[in-house]
Amino acid sequence: MTDLLKLSGVHTHIGRYHILQGIDLAVPQGQVTMLLGRNGAGKTTTLRTIMGLWQASSGEITLGGERIESRATPDIARLGVGYVPESMAVFSDLTVKENLMLAARDGPLDDTQLDWIFGFFPALRRFWLSRAGSLSGGQKQMLSIARAIIEPRKLLLIDEPTKGLAPAIVMALIECLKEIKRKGATILLVEQNFFAARELGDSVLVMDNGTIVHRGEMAALAADVPLQERLLGLSLEAHQ
Amino acid sequence: MTELAATDPLPKPKRDIAPILLPIALALLMIPLIGSPSTWLTLTAASLAMGMMIFIMASGLTLVFGLMDVLNFGHGAFIAVGAYVATLVFAPFVASVQADSLWVNLAVLAPAALLSMAVSGALGLVVERVLILPVYGQHLKQILMTTGGLIVAEQTLYALWGPQIIPMPLPTSLRGSFIFGDVAIAKYRVLATLIGLAVFIAIQLVLNRTKLGLLIRAGVENREMVEALGYRIRRLFLGVFMTGSALAGLGGVMWALYREQVHASMSDELTVLIFVVVIIGGLGSIGGCFIGAILVAMVANYGGFLVPKLALVSNILLMVAILMWRPRGLYAVTSR
Ligand SMILES: Nc1ncnc2c1ncn2[C@@H]1O[C@H](COP(=O)(O)OP(=O)(O)OP(=O)(O)O)[C@@H](O)[C@H]1O
Ligand SMILES: [Mg+2]
Repeated sequence: MTDLLKLSGVHTHIGRYHILQGIDLAVPQGQVTMLLGRNGAGKTTTLRTIMGLWQASSGEITLGGERIESRATPDIARLGVGYVPESMAVFSDLTVKENLMLAARDGPLDDTQLDWIFGFFPALRRFWLSRAGSLSGGQKQMLSIARAIIEPRKLLLIDEPTKGLAPAIVMALIECLKEIKRKGATILLVEQNFFAARELGDSVLVMDNGTIVHRGEMAALAADVPLQERLLGLSLEAHQ
Repeated sequence: MTELAATDPLPKPKRDIAPILLPIALALLMIPLIGSPSTWLTLTAASLAMGMMIFIMASGLTLVFGLMDVLNFGHGAFIAVGAYVATLVFAPFVASVQADSLWVNLAVLAPAALLSMAVSGALGLVVERVLILPVYGQHLKQILMTTGGLIVAEQTLYALWGPQIIPMPLPTSLRGSFIFGDVAIAKYRVLATLIGLAVFIAIQLVLNRTKLGLLIRAGVENREMVEALGYRIRRLFLGVFMTGSALAGLGGVMWALYREQVHASMSDELTVLIFVVVIIGGLGSIGGCFIGAILVAMVANYGGFLVPKLALVSNILLMVAILMWRPRGLYAVTSR
């Protein structure tokens, strides 16, 4: 299994705060790698650093063998990285269609790809010409994911897609991500919902205080409750 | 596959028309206060013309603010430069300016306006690269740099043209008024209003009908996400900055003809108005900028007629009132 994405010794400072303190991680091709950790552990900062939205102050990031840590965000995106931020960041003044038109950088919207997306997100078809700002939270999340997969991407970075969503929608979202995975996508997925993590993850990384404190198979962590409690704290109980 | 949220009601398309009604209500409210219908009509036409000119000058600035969070205090320089460039074109063609033929007049006016826009736009390119690029994301330094740039520009104009006021006569066919009964509406005000409307419509078409426009609107709301989708927003910004500078140049020509004079610090009286318009419109909102410009001009014209003593503070009062109603301006489009 080759590693599509690799971080070694990555440090990130935000202002005068030293947030990422030496991250080493690898995301194998064709797998879903979970990135877990308590609030404030540095998960979002890790994704933003990969995306070039924060500049790594030291360390190396490679994507498919190419160094990207000092590239600008648009160039990183053009290497084939799709990003679903924690805030979803749909363009609320634009319609669903216009959001997807911008996401499809390389030309007109592809009908087969759209039909595939409408397959799990029928709401997007119904609200095709509505302003994205008028969608519900779950629908915005769907749009945000749809934007990342509207064209084939090498790597998807997805930040807490189930956050704040109703259980039924969480289940649907898990199904969708499974389907994306079956199509061979490589995903680095941040998740607080342990059930979702167990369903989707092949391997798992756990962060705390800006470092990776555990790495292994998702199934192994799922089977080891004391380890979960040690790594993720009691907050986990609430999610199970 | 689960039907996601298929039972949700369809979101109603929301059109926020309250800001649009505001200038209309204000105009209607003034009818009894002003008393004479013909005075009211004249003042209203003056407000529209002045509002359109301010809109043209402010439209670029609001997009620059909204898209890149750049505070440009030197926008007025493009206004003055545009006006001076027009005097250069006017000077050798005095005869054509004075000719009593609309077409002969326009044959000077149109090239003058286009050249002003080209020069202001090119100056915008230089300013963005030299003054703004190095102080990206640092508001205080942006204010210092752009204010400094404005001073340098004004002093350069003084040095080249001298301190005196340069007359800028209105071409003959644009003088005078259209008379309807006892109402007189200056021809030039009609032309200025039409040009302003044309600019507004053109900007709206670009913003709503082209991918470039979608990118600008998306960038105003969330610059990072536009970059994360793979678009180089710096180039987009440079294009918007140059267009905004060119429009300021056009506004400068129009204002100079309105006042029939050009002066190196002619933009000083306009800068405050332009900032008020950008703020009450909502940073980055072209629609808000358009309505804000009309409101500011109405307050100046109606207010100047009814309570001349309040003229200096009336626009600040307007700004306070609007921000109390909507703290982020008439239309809040940025995520900041
Ligand atoms: N813009 C910022 N300025 C200063 N500190 C920041 C900023 N963004 C994040 N931090 C800090 O960096 C640390 C890591 O934040 P980050 O958002 O990466 O955590 P997270 O693991 O994604 O948390 P959560 O699960 O709550 O989303 C936190 O202590 C946070 O306060
Ligand atoms: Mg986070």
